[in-house]
Amino acid sequence: MSTDDLEPVEDFRERARVWLAANMPPNIDAYFDRTDERRTVEDQLQRRLWDGGFAGICFPADYGGLGLTPAHQVAFNGEVVPYDMPYSLNVPTLGILAATLVDFGSHEQKARHLPAILRGEERWVQFLSEPSGGSDLAGVRTRADRDGDVFILNGSKIWSSGAYAAQFSMCLARTNWDVPKHRGLTMFLLPIHHPGVTVEQIRQVDGSMEFCQEFFDDVEIPVENVIGEVDDGWTVATRLLVHERMAVGGGSQYTSGRSVGHGGGGGDDNDLIDLLRARGLAGDTDARRLLAESHARRLVARHLVERVTGGLRSGALPAPAGSLMKLFTATNQARRVEIALTLAGPEAVVWPADAEGATEIAAGIGRATLGRQGIALGGGSNEIQRNIISERVLGLPREAAADRDVPYKDVRHGSR
Amino acid sequence: MDLELSEDQALLAATTRRFLDAESPTTAVRALEHDPRGFDPTVWRKGAELGWTSLLVAEADGGGSVSGRGVCDLALVAEEFGRSVAPGPLLPVNVVAEAISRSAGERLRAEVLPGLLDGTAIAAWAGPMPVTADVDGDRTVLTGRIPIVEAAAQADHVLVTFVDRDGTTGQALLPTTTDGMTITPLGGLDLVRRFASIDLDGVAVAPDQRVGDDASADDAIERQVQVAAVLQCAEVAGAIDQVFTMTVEYLGDRYSMGRPLASYQALKHRLAEHKLTVETCHAITTAAARAVADRTDEAADLASVAQTWLGTHATELVQDCIQLHGGIGVTWEHDLHLYLRRVTVDRATHGTPEDHADRIADLLLGAAS
Ligand SMILES: Cc1cc2nc3c(=O)[nH]c(=O)nc-3n(C[C@H](O)[C@H](O)[C@H](O)COP(=O)(O)OP(=O)(O)OC[C@H]3O[C@@H](n4cnc5c(N)ncnc54)[C@H](O)[C@@H]3O)c2cc1C
Repeated sequence: MSTDDLEPVEDFRERARVWLAANMPPNIDAYFDRTDERRTVEDQLQRRLWDGGFAGICFPADYGGLGLTPAHQVAFNGEVVPYDMPYSLNVPTLGILAATLVDFGSHEQKARHLPAILRGEERWVQFLSEPSGGSDLAGVRTRADRDGDVFILNGSKIWSSGAYAAQFSMCLARTNWDVPKHRGLTMFLLPIHHPGVTVEQIRQVDGSMEFCQEFFDDVEIPVENVIGEVDDGWTVATRLLVHERMAVGGGSQYTSGRSVGHGGGGGDDNDLIDLLRARGLAGDTDARRLLAESHARRLVARHLVERVTGGLRSGALPAPAGSLMKLFTATNQARRVEIALTLAGPEAVVWPADAEGATEIAAGIGRATLGRQGIALGGGSNEIQRNIISERVLGLPREAAADRDVPYKDVRHGSR
Repeated sequence: MDLELSEDQALLAATTRRFLDAESPTTAVRALEHDPRGFDPTVWRKGAELGWTSLLVAEADGGGSVSGRGVCDLALVAEEFGRSVAPGPLLPVNVVAEAISRSAGERLRAEVLPGLLDGTAIAAWAGPMPVTADVDGDRTVLTGRIPIVEAAAQADHVLVTFVDRDGTTGQALLPTTTDGMTITPLGGLDLVRRFASIDLDGVAVAPDQRVGDDASADDAIERQVQVAAVLQCAEVAGAIDQVFTMTVEYLGDRYSMGRPLASYQALKHRLAEHKLTVETCHAITTAAARAVADRTDEAADLASVAQTWLGTHATELVQDCIQLHGGIGVTWEHDLHLYLRRVTVDRATHGTPEDHADRIADLLLGAAS
């Protein structure tokens, strides 16, 4: 179908506006709520979008999506702000894993999983990082050995967010140890609740239990579960990372409404304004300028995403330029959290038991500082993004690598 | 640069770039250092033929944009000015030409606009800070000082803002030869961009010198501030883009300890951050240009956000690019200082980043709180 046959964006927007008002509950600012109850609510919200014909705007129509354009998605995002949405499905399920499945899944894999994801019945996570290292993703050591029609998986993955509450994963494992690291990897579609897979939750600094570690003991994976080609998992992983940077940067065409990149953690303008007023700083020049900076940074982030996503779509920017959004999201957020902390004052670190209003905002800001670096690590650290930008956007010389062109079995490893 | 240009816009940018490369290379900029005017009038007139002075002026007045968004078009020209640290009163002439075209009476339009459009006359913009007006019936007399006005000593006309004892603002376009007006050239960092102070001592304003009326003055002045911010940001974006490109090339060609400087991770990471700064600067400038062109509700906010952003980050970027060049970076011979001069001057004229942050805070919190 050519784009000419599609519903015009403005008609779609109007239809979405009317439908949202009639069908979606109001926004309750639940962006960071990761409880089981909330998850159930969000799965139901996703189901409601599906029933109303607004799920998977840019997903292919053959697999349950609407087959519309990024412009439709942007229009929809503009309309959903006042409503409660299944935010936690955006990243990683929709924006990263479902997006990668669109690109590399077999017909059977897509037919079975994409509609289920869009109905809110499946949550997916990524099994990439390992205890021995996440930055050197191509250096994973979890092994998958072929045995007839199955692969036998052994090893461990870590830092997988939300795995305990998900059903499926994409798992990158080594299938060939005799070739250099990038050429011996395969991506698998792995059910999480599966014989031989053990999931343990890890407590994060803010007390949440999102992080998980998985242990694989002779896990059998049918060959049909290979995503892409055997030993070509790096191609799939690279693509997955491009989607991740888009999604975390806030520029994915596969997510509806707010996701991580949209300012979370730095305090909304309104929160900061409430704080300033409550602390009697609304007339204080320094405080006002910090507020202005925080606001300016939010707008700059928004327009960077607009510029980069537009440039990626038109080809004006190369695919690795998605790292610009990821890096900015992380460094910008760090600065915005620091601004919020400055404006919040002592109540960000010590608060009354019955904190409410501005005191509660301040306490929330204090807690947000604890996990501040999370977004600077997840999805590839700031340093890795700077490597990518310098090498693959600017074309500067690659880092020397001791493991290049060396069969993986001969590569040295550290003791941690 | 905006990544989504129309063909005509891309042509305007390319033509301007070719023209500036040919007519105004940095050797020519340097040659104007001691020229009292600071620009070559012949080059300016030729630039006017390319559209440099007409993009914000209504077609009925002899102007016209190339895309329907004159501010975006002109921002492309300003960006090329930044890229080549070009001389010439681009910002004041355009701000004033638009003001005349929008709201001056017949006489000013007929007598002043044609000269601005063809580049034979120059206008200065004294900015939003008002001098004092004493109004007595039809007679308005201005007194006061405007400390920094771009191109005032080179201009034939100056657009002045005033406020009377009742707090009513207005604007007037005065010949720079007016009795009671003293223009004193100032020194400054930029080799070719000239500034002067203006003292007004009982300068009489005739009704037909007024631009706009009492009712529209505040909006008109706000518009001028926004357009000035966009043009200045576009110039700075062009300048840092050029400095960044020069630096990436230099680090690729220069070796230390047997390998290119550009292969050291510590330096690569700084270049990655600078690339990000260049991109955020383009992104917010484009957004501001579009909002100001379309006069959206966000125009004031975005114009000031862009100004604080570029004002805060551009000078730091250029200074670090100088650092990455090593000793050659702090020589007179290398062009880097021309850019440093330009972005440092742009940081502090037409409102500092702090002034624009205060404007943003006023929008968010209200001025009086
Ligand atoms: C909030 C969060 C969510 C996450 N979610 C997931 C998930 O769902 N699935 C998943 O698989 N993983 C996930 N991760 C893991 C994440 O991808 C890794 O933490 C990250 O890639 C870094 O790997 P590492 O922790 O092993 O650190 P290391 O790789 O050991 O790095 C340690 C430090 O060294 C730096 N460094 C490493 N290599 C280089 C280099 N070549 N050049 C310069 N600096 C370098 C890093 O930047 C970092 O600062 C998540 C992490 C976080 C924080």
